[in-house]
Amino acid sequence: MNAPVTSFDTVSVTVLPSVARFNLRIAPADLSVASAAFGLTLPTKIGQGAQSGDRAAYCIGPDEWLLHAAEADQQAIVSAFAAVRADTAHSLVVISDREMTIGIDGPDALALLSVGCPIDLSRLPIGGAKRTVFDYAQVMLIRDAEDAFRVEVWRSYFPHVHGLLEIAARELTVGL
Amino acid sequence: MLLIHCPYCDDTLPELEFAYAGEAHIDRPADPSKLTDEEWRDFLFIRTNVKGVHAERWRHINGCGRFFNALRDTVSDRFLTTYKAGEARPDMQTLEAAE
Ligand SMILES: [Zn+2]
Repeated sequence: MNAPVTSFDTVSVTVLPSVARFNLRIAPADLSVASAAFGLTLPTKIGQGAQSGDRAAYCIGPDEWLLHAAEADQQAIVSAFAAVRADTAHSLVVISDREMTIGIDGPDALALLSVGCPIDLSRLPIGGAKRTVFDYAQVMLIRDAEDAFRVEVWRSYFPHVHGLLEIAARELTVGL
Repeated sequence: MLLIHCPYCDDTLPELEFAYAGEAHIDRPADPSKLTDEEWRDFLFIRTNVKGVHAERWRHINGCGRFFNALRDTVSDRFLTTYKAGEARPDMQTLEAAE
């Protein structure tokens, strides 16, 4: 990527480095097994997140979680879950390369996201995440702070989503 | 834009996150080969097409991914309630009393 950062006074759009990403499906009753395997207590309410160091978990469905970790830990996490598979049915899918991550930071972050997100962003809790749409492309929206978000988008939709964010950020800067 | 309450997320969210999935509470016949052609046709294609309160399936496809059911008034487009898949259709009088 030639220019991964588009930065203005009020909002910046950054292509973030890659991360180990997993999609976990497991019965809520077995959640403690998954928490032990991942080394982080997984949240139980849809939309909630939990963080510890470079590990993070977000509940995105009644029995579905998005897990994040450092790239170097990917194989160890796969092995940890494989070790409990015989006794605890679950599915752990590595989706690290399926998506790309765009960081959106600054006082105008909410205004910029509202260009493509139909939801009431002010209700998304800090530290939480939600699967939603950005201009018809399905995305994961993660809120890191009051005015700091990450958007995870499938690779094939990335040029559209990133391009639209860059254009809208320029428009915000010139006051359109 | 319509706002729809997902009973799994317990959140009211814009219609863009959801997909319509037809009339609710239509059971697939346990043994299709025992049905007459007419009965099979009715199962596949014949719907009530009600003018008024309609029980229908929706999927929170750009959210938690779950199917659930809704009661919607097809005249006003107003959602009266939504409920989880597998639950019985709510009684209208109970609903009205709750309001
Ligand atoms: Zn939902």
